[in-house]
Order: sequence, then structure tokens, then C-alpha cells
Amino acid sequence: MTQNSSGPAILVEDLVKSFGEVRALRGIDLSVPRGTILGVLGPNGAGKTTAVRILTTLLQPDSGRALVEGHDVVREAAAVRRTIGLSGQSAAIQEELTGRENLEIVGRLYHLSWPDARRRATELLEQFGLTDAADRSAKNFSGGMQRRLDLAASLVGRPQVLFLDEPTTGLDPRSRLGMWDVIRTLVAGGTTLLLTTQYLDEADELADEIVVIDRGLVIAAGTAEELKSRVGGDVLEFTVPDRSAVAAAVAAVAAVGEAEPQADRETGVVSVGVGGRGSEALIDGVRGLDAAGVETRGLTLRRPSLDDVFLALTGHAAEEEEDGPPARGRHGRKAADSARSAS
Amino acid sequence: MTAVIAPPAPPLPDPSLLTQFRWAVSDTLTITRRNLLVWIRVPAYLVFTVIQPVIFVVLFRYVFGGAIPVPGIPGGYVNFLLPGIIAQTAAFATFGTAISLAQELQKGVIDRLKSMPMARSAVLTGRLTADTARMLLTILIVVGVGYAVGFRFENGFGPAVAMIALATLFGVAICCISAFTGLAIGDEESVQAFGLIWLFPLTFLSSAFVPITTMPGVLQGFANNQPVTYVVNTMRALALGHLPVAPELWKSLVWIAGIFIVFVPLAVRAYKRAS
Repeated sequence: MTQNSSGPAILVEDLVKSFGEVRALRGIDLSVPRGTILGVLGPNGAGKTTAVRILTTLLQPDSGRALVEGHDVVREAAAVRRTIGLSGQSAAIQEELTGRENLEIVGRLYHLSWPDARRRATELLEQFGLTDAADRSAKNFSGGMQRRLDLAASLVGRPQVLFLDEPTTGLDPRSRLGMWDVIRTLVAGGTTLLLTTQYLDEADELADEIVVIDRGLVIAAGTAEELKSRVGGDVLEFTVPDRSAVAAAVAAVAAVGEAEPQADRETGVVSVGVGGRGSEALIDGVRGLDAAGVETRGLTLRRPSLDDVFLALTGHAAEEEEDGPPARGRHGRKAADSARSAS
Repeated sequence: MTAVIAPPAPPLPDPSLLTQFRWAVSDTLTITRRNLLVWIRVPAYLVFTVIQPVIFVVLFRYVFGGAIPVPGIPGGYVNFLLPGIIAQTAAFATFGTAISLAQELQKGVIDRLKSMPMARSAVLTGRLTADTARMLLTILIVVGVGYAVGFRFENGFGPAVAMIALATLFGVAICCISAFTGLAIGDEESVQAFGLIWLFPLTFLSSAFVPITTMPGVLQGFANNQPVTYVVNTMRALALGHLPVAPELWKSLVWIAGIFIVFVPLAVRAYKRAS
């Protein structure tokens, strides 16, 4: 392929970026082997988008180094742009144009001839199940179709490395599953993929490797299984219907846990890591709750989720909102998205 | 979803300067085409571009026209008015430039385009080209409506073409100011609020609609020395031939050049910073 074919597709070393007082990236390292998916997981404002913007040559880092297919994102930005595709929150889609026109225009901007741009557009529309809607204005597409069209647009130039910035944020569950299928087939074709997400299940489902970013630092890296084992074994979890009894429930199971029980006073969900003690901890837990006279529902012993990982690593939940760097526009967009999903 | 993606292509070698230039031109045309396609599909844009200038012509011609004496103008107020309204229309048309750029910035379109191997300059040059085409169409419509309500070029074909060319050149200069404001403000709602407001004093405190001698002293000082007045006076001289063209043309061109010198770099800088 190229002279760089031995190295990783993406290599990031000690990347630092600040926006005024806000230190968006405080020295992160990443290495993504060819043909694999790296999931970059973190809450809003963790620095995920900043990292993607540096890797796609939209921002310059303050210090550190980033290579994509062996090309430096600062010194060889033009070469990097010929190698990559970027997709995310439907930004490449001009709603007044049809799906086909959108893809043809992107093809022309990748310097395909008109006939080639047309052919590539037809090809991609077919592959993404958009042929029937191809000549309708993209305004009338569903959210899921718009994302697929956006993803198709990022593939017009046949990128070796694809960046997906929160590809399913704001989508309904069914469209999310559809996007996951599409994303899996991309990697089957040999593309390297870096995917940012706030959704733990998404990273779990798609990524070969996961890095967890919080406040501009990589706080954990590994496969989903490796990360889960860091929580320390199984989790005992149950719901307390009577919210006033949550404190009593926490006290009752504190002795069986290897860590402090976590309780959500709004939902009444209590969870506690019980290490390798498994069924023994389950029995002790039930006895403790029974002795305390706490009524519970849905008591289970389960493998830890990435939610538990995040909580264990950071001491706060993944979905907690934090102030991000002042990246105008993106945030307006995100705010609009969350406002929509809230209503 | 079977056999979806072809194997990754190896990166191309760096293109030569000539190729880069050819791409810059072709990318500009692609973006121009995209912008014009969007424009013809949004009814509101068409109304803004076509209906509004027509309403202005008719209102000023029939509502204010009778009350405004214009000594020394062959053909009376309608001939006085048309060059003024054309300059105002050209300037107001650039509101669309500011809105579109702010929208594209806010939606992340500009970011996405910047991540592609296209010439980054084409986002601006394509916008400018499309908006100039749009502006020229508006000017021609106003001239047509003007003819319907009694306006006549009194100075022959060549000067008439020169008048339209000058109005367009002036409009492109204002377009650069609007591009800068759109990119620097970067938020559609604020641009909706502020994008047009500075154009009102600039166009109305000029010789575009009434003779400056009818204004109070303080305003006369401003109106006599600002670019719209010079441009409108030149256009009038070209259209009607009642005054020599050269002195006012000079000042117009100096102003237009000045606007380009200041606002092209500002717009480019705002574009480079924008994200």
C-alpha cells in the first residue's frame, strides 16, 4: 500500500490543546492498528471532539504529535485530508438538495470527474439503502436516513481512515441499530475507524479497543472485557421502590461489597461491586436486605457494564454534563439535539 | 449491505501547482453550483431577491416620488430613483451572504468541507460567485421594473452597461463586508438581527433616494462623504449623462478598492479561524 504500511493507522503522542483557560486535551496518546475500530468514550466536554478535530486537520494542537497513515496532521495536512473521511451529526448534508446531488457535489469536491461522481453517488446510495429516496430533497429524510447519507458522503473519497464523531447521538433506538450494522460493514472492508461516543453500549458493541477520556486525559484503555474486569468482578444490583428506604438498603449491602455501594436516589437503583464472591455475595446481600426489612425489585447479579467502569474510574457517571471548550456551533448543535430529545 | 466498501485507496501524490489551481477553480464552480441550487429551492430567498426590490421601486416611485423635487434630473424622480435603488438592492442582497455563511458555520458545514481535500478557499470564492450572480439577476429585475414605471437610460447603451457593472462591483465589495460579519458573528440569529441594520443608515443617509441638500446639516456631512453617495452619483451620471462621470467615478473606485483591501483579509482571517 504505502511506505507506512507497517505502522498504526492513527498514532497520537502527548497531544495538548487549550482554549484559553479551558484545557481540552492534557496530553493524550492513542494508537489504532489498521482495520480496527477504536472507540473513544467520554462525557460531553471530555475532549473527544477536540481530538477528532485535530486528527482531521480542523484544529492545530498546542503541542504533541498526531499521524494519520503516517502523515503528520499539521505538516502534511493536505495528505491527511486525502486519506480520511469525517462523519458525524449530518453536517455535510445540504437539506435543500437531494440525496444524489449531495453525494455528487462531494464527489466533485474530491475531484472526481462528473461521470465518476455520478457513478459513485449511485453506488453509495444503493449500498446505504437510499436509492428510493435518492431524488427527494434531504429535508424529507428521517434522522436515520440523514445520518446514513452523511456517512455515505464521508466515504465518497474511499478513505483509509474514517472518523465518526458521535454517529448516533439523537437517533431513535431502531436507527441506532441500523447505523451500527452499517458501521460494522465498513470495517469488514478494511477501513480503520475512530468512533467517539457518549454511549457505553455503543463502544461495547462496535469497538475492538476502547479508550476512556475524561477532562482531557485518557483514564483507561483496553478491550471492553479488560475494562470491565477493572471494576473487579460482578455487580449486585436492585431497585428500591420506596425511595426513603434507599439509605437503609445501602447500609444493608455495604458489608457484602468490595467497594462503596452506588445509589441513585431518583431511580432507587442501588449497585455494588462484589468482586469474585458471586453467589455467596448474592445470598449475603439478600439476607442483609431481608434483615433490614427493605423491599427490593429486580435483584440481580450481573457482569459489570461500561457504566460501572466509568463510575469506578472517574467517580462520576458518564452522562453527567460538563462544560466543554468554547467550540461555537458544535455546541449549539448539541444543545439543540439534547433539547429535542428532552422534549 | 453486502460487499459494501471497496478496499482503501492508496493516497495520491501531492498535486502540482497547476493542478492545485485547476482544482481551486473547479471547487469554486462546484460550491457556486451548490449555493445556486439551494437558492432556487428556497422560496423565501427568491422572495427576498425578487419581490422585495420590486416593492421598493413601486413604493418609492409612487408614494414618495411626487413629494421629492429633483432639479436638474432629466426625466424627473423616477430617473433619479432607479440608480439609487439599484445600489441599495445590491447592498441589501449581501444580507444573504452573511446569513448563509453563519448558517454553514453553525451547522458545521464549513468544518466538514475543510476536512475534505478540496481547495479551502473555494468555500468563500464559491459563495461570492453565487451571490454575485444572484445580485446581478436582482439588478436586472430592478432595471426591468424601472422601465415599466417610467425609468429610461438617457445616455446610451455603453454607459448603461457600465452603470450595471459599477453597481455589481460595489455589491461585491459590500459582499466582502457581509461575509466578514457573517463569519465573525457566526450565529444565524445574531446575523438576522444585526446583518442588515448597518446597511440602513449607509444606504438611506446617501444620495440614493433624496437629494442630500434636503437633509439637516449634520447628516449632510456624513451623506456627502460616504461611498454609497459616490457610487450612486456615478451611476446616475452614467445612466442619465447630465453630469460628468469622471470625478465621482474616481472616488467610488477608491472607496471600493479600500473596502476590498480592508475586508477581504478580515473575511479570510475570520474564515480561517471559524469552526
